Amino acid sequence: MVQVNLQTNILGANELIARKNRVSFKDQGILAINLMSSPGSGKTTILERTIERLGSEMKIAVIEGDLYTDRDAQRIEQKGVQVIQINTEGTCHLDAGMVTSAYEKIDKSDVVLLFIENVGNLVCPAEFDLGEDFRVVVISTTEGNDKIPKYPLIFREARAVLVNKVDLLPYTEFNLQECQEDLKKINPSARVFPLSGRTGEGIEIWCEWLLGEVRAKGRNL
Amino acid sequence: MHELSLVEGMMDIVRESASQNNIHRITRVKLVIGELTMALPDSLRFAFGVLSQDELFRGAELEIEQLGVICRCEECGNKFKPGDDYVFLCPGCGNGRVVVIQGHELYLDSYEGDEANGPG
Repeated sequence: MVQVNLQTNILGANELIARKNRVSFKDQGILAINLMSSPGSGKTTILERTIERLGSEMKIAVIEGDLYTDRDAQRIEQKGVQVIQINTEGTCHLDAGMVTSAYEKIDKSDVVLLFIENVGNLVCPAEFDLGEDFRVVVISTTEGNDKIPKYPLIFREARAVLVNKVDLLPYTEFNLQECQEDLKKINPSARVFPLSGRTGEGIEIWCEWLLGEVRAKGRNL
Repeated sequence: MHELSLVEGMMDIVRESASQNNIHRITRVKLVIGELTMALPDSLRFAFGVLSQDELFRGAELEIEQLGVICRCEECGNKFKPGDDYVFLCPGCGNGRVVVIQGHELYLDSYEGDEANGPG
């Protein structure tokens, strides 16, 4: 009988690729953001508003992740930025390898900001490093008050949390203060941006913050 | 969580190592899982049971060591466990600048097996 000690990370394969992605983004001077949420929170609409606001100040590219269809990519394309659609055809999250393949198709010249819109899912994407600089999670006022305590891992790892659909607050039981308190317990340093992709409320503050993050990565605009 | 693909990944690692070490039958595999990975031991065992039907793995036991979450406060150095509600605030000084020092583990620790030319 023989014992073999390995201490090998099981997710090692994805992490190796994620590390390579991270280096690629850094070499190109691109700030890469992994955008996550449950289905229907409004990620794509927020991206549309963000591109409308920032597209003239910086070159943005988008990688879209969905199980099926290129509907989201079509919407982003209408905004005049490069977008590559990944169809996972069943896989519930993006992984680093998928992002590598999509990134290869992008014309990177002058791109400073890359959004990777993940598959709508608050569980699995949290487990897979894509090589991003940081993660942003979107929740919306129509999803109830329990998302943060129910999905601690994804919120723990977020640099910012966007609370979308604030225009619908009068029609829901959502409590913004309670949401911020819940987040403070799990991730005290995460920024919270209440906004509405539909009306544009709060988008300016979110975009100003993004500009700051791009500059912090060393890109002058 | 993706217990099935985690177990497949683990078995691939063991398979390759066994081949390099001239081991033809696995008797035991030990995994170390941190609580923050959300990998469920029961699901891992179920997946292993389903996947370990080949010559190499049949009858092998899966041992799982679970590690709880431990944090360290960057402000006062206090080490603490966040508890079931995942409150990552230091119970000593109330500060939120904490680092997770245990809980993210997801690794194949070791395995045991019989060598091809060994007894039995």
